[in-house]
Amino acid sequence: MAVLVIAEHDGRQLKPGFTNTVTAAAKLGEVTALVVGKEGADAAQAVAKVAGVKKVLLSEAPHYEGSSAENIAALVLTIAEQYSHLLAAASSYGKNIMPRVAALLDVQQVSEISAVESTDTFVRPTYAGNAMATVQSSDRIKVITVRATAFDPAGEQAAAPIEKLAPGPDVGLSKFKGAELSKSERPELTAARIIVSGGRGMGSADNFKILEALADKLGAAVGASRAAVDSGFMPNEYQVGQTGKIVAPDLYIAVGISGAIQHLAGMKDSKVIVAINKDAEAPIFSVASYWLVDDLFKAVPELTKELSS
Amino acid sequence: MKVLVTVKRVIDPYVKVRVKSDGSGVETANIKMTMNPFCEIAVEQAVRMKEAGIVTEIVVVSVGVPQSQETLRTAMAMGADRGILVDAPAGVEPLAVAKLVKAIIEKEKPQLVITGKQAIDDDSNQTGQMIAALMGWPQATFISNVTVNGDSAEVTREIDGGLEKLTIKLPAVVTSDLRLNEPRYVTLPNIMKAKKKPLEVLKPEALGVDVTPRLKTLKVQEPPSRSAGVKVADVKELIAKLKNEARII
Ligand SMILES: Cc1cc2nc3c(=O)[nH]c(=O)nc-3n(C[C@H](O)[C@H](O)[C@H](O)COP(=O)(O)OP(=O)(O)OC[C@H]3O[C@@H](n4cnc5c(N)ncnc54)[C@H](O)[C@@H]3O)c2cc1C
Ligand SMILES: Cc1cc2nc3c(=O)[nH]c(=O)nc-3n(C[C@H](O)[C@H](O)[C@H](O)COP(=O)(O)OP(=O)(O)OC[C@H]3O[C@@H](n4cnc5c(N)ncnc54)[C@H](O)[C@@H]3O)c2cc1C
Repeated sequence: MAVLVIAEHDGRQLKPGFTNTVTAAAKLGEVTALVVGKEGADAAQAVAKVAGVKKVLLSEAPHYEGSSAENIAALVLTIAEQYSHLLAAASSYGKNIMPRVAALLDVQQVSEISAVESTDTFVRPTYAGNAMATVQSSDRIKVITVRATAFDPAGEQAAAPIEKLAPGPDVGLSKFKGAELSKSERPELTAARIIVSGGRGMGSADNFKILEALADKLGAAVGASRAAVDSGFMPNEYQVGQTGKIVAPDLYIAVGISGAIQHLAGMKDSKVIVAINKDAEAPIFSVASYWLVDDLFKAVPELTKELSS
Repeated sequence: MKVLVTVKRVIDPYVKVRVKSDGSGVETANIKMTMNPFCEIAVEQAVRMKEAGIVTEIVVVSVGVPQSQETLRTAMAMGADRGILVDAPAGVEPLAVAKLVKAIIEKEKPQLVITGKQAIDDDSNQTGQMIAALMGWPQATFISNVTVNGDSAEVTREIDGGLEKLTIKLPAVVTSDLRLNEPRYVTLPNIMKAKKKPLEVLKPEALGVDVTPRLKTLKVQEPPSRSAGVKVADVKELIAKLKNEARII
């Protein structure tokens, strides 16, 4: 079987999630990776070195700026019939593009798979991860998005060959007007080994500074619950949960977060979970490896201080 | 301009779902159902655009069991003008929903279609993108803002790294994210008014769409549960556990 994996990048760097998607793809067949962009040569070099990638296709054109779903779907369509499976990570990039590709191919996409059972059967979480459904696809081409946290990242290899792919049409339906990306020196949420996450209990945006100090001590990323984002404590891209980012770091520290099912859906596969909450009955404790019943304004600075000594 | 909004009836997000013991699905009998929260946001957006004088008519569409009429009535109580139910068994897949909605779009000719970004039951996150694909229209997914300017719209999308701005040509499909707006509560007088608004019921065959599923659910299981954790007395004990037991820091 021939499998195509679409690689997300920002013009220079490859986004986390791709190497995990290659691990899933390699269970299905021989992997070709597609790099599309206004500029993609650097990303293609990185993709070529991901273990399991046999060939890289690079397609560059100005109309791929901002990763237009309409234009990228049109390009994928020009080569789709050569593959049995088309995959991408279930990031905002993959979720935007893949259903469009699927509909154009008259295929029912399988969303956010967490395991590969065979070439046509996959496991996927539903109901905020409370029901794991095993589904079998009867479509001739399988279009799939992959939950990156459910697969190990692929290792490195000697670079695979890179081939140019002629750009597809510019369908001219939308125009990229710019992006406001959060700038942070901390690791990216979906790639971090440790995450320190704050909820409504933090009380204000300013109070997040004590979490940031702890995060910097641990080399961790910072996350937030929806209540913290809705209250304006943190920008939306920090939200962890069913409708935010799905994370599974080695260590997740939940501070002032009650543990609603929608939040748990985004972090309960973390290896070790620490919860700090002043309410001894908080539902977050049901998934915690270690929990501390205490006031966060006392416990968090103390934790940072103890780690420094 | 006319707007079409899709609404889905789902299990209430605050209900703890239970997997059936025979592994065939989740328990839905006698369980509280509600409008998918993202669809509420989509309806609210259309109503605000009507209140602002940009939109002249709001048509809401649902695909599902007859009880989905209640969901359509709720949307009409929020301010939608009329409803269309495509009467189909539960579990119509996003591709088939998109085909049904396409058939309705071709009759209704809206300038804008608003869907939720995902339904919180199946979490597919596909339907809006698929409608856009089948219509050959632009799509703007996960939006937190939309402004219509004549025959185009400016949208802000919530993406993994932050925000992205696009100009899309109309007609188009947009899918709502959480921070697009806060849906209003429906009032009793509006619920009464909604009962008199027109609601049409169609069959998929009447729209010429085959809704045969492409995916077969072989089984549905509970996720593996986490092993029980331990309570620590203080920060010192916590650090000791993380260092010596979990060996993570
Ligand atoms: C459709 C839908 C989608 C959703 N998606 C998401 C999602 O993706 N992610 C998400 O997180 N939520 C999501 N939610 C919201 C979710 O249901 C909860 O409302 C939210 O997670 C609550 O956030 P919280 O735990 O920070 O706030 P709260 O539930 O208010 O909890 C605050 C906690 O802080 C504790 N606390 C307060 N002060 C202190 C103190 N000084 N010291 C220690 N502890 C303290 C309290 O005891 C409490 O447990 C969604 C909801 C819906 C309906
Ligand atoms: C446990 C489980 C078992 C299942 N078993 C089966 C099965 O055996 N056979 C089968 O065919 N399917 C099955 N399904 C599939 C499922 O019911 C549908 O595929 C799913 O409801 C559609 O995906 P979604 O709603 O998540 O779409 P999304 O793409 O996430 O929905 C996004 C938006 O599209 C719109 N939308 C979606 N659906 C509708 C609708 N019906 N009416 C109006 N607007 C809509 C809404 O605006 C919604 O916010 C199963 C699902 C689960 C969770």
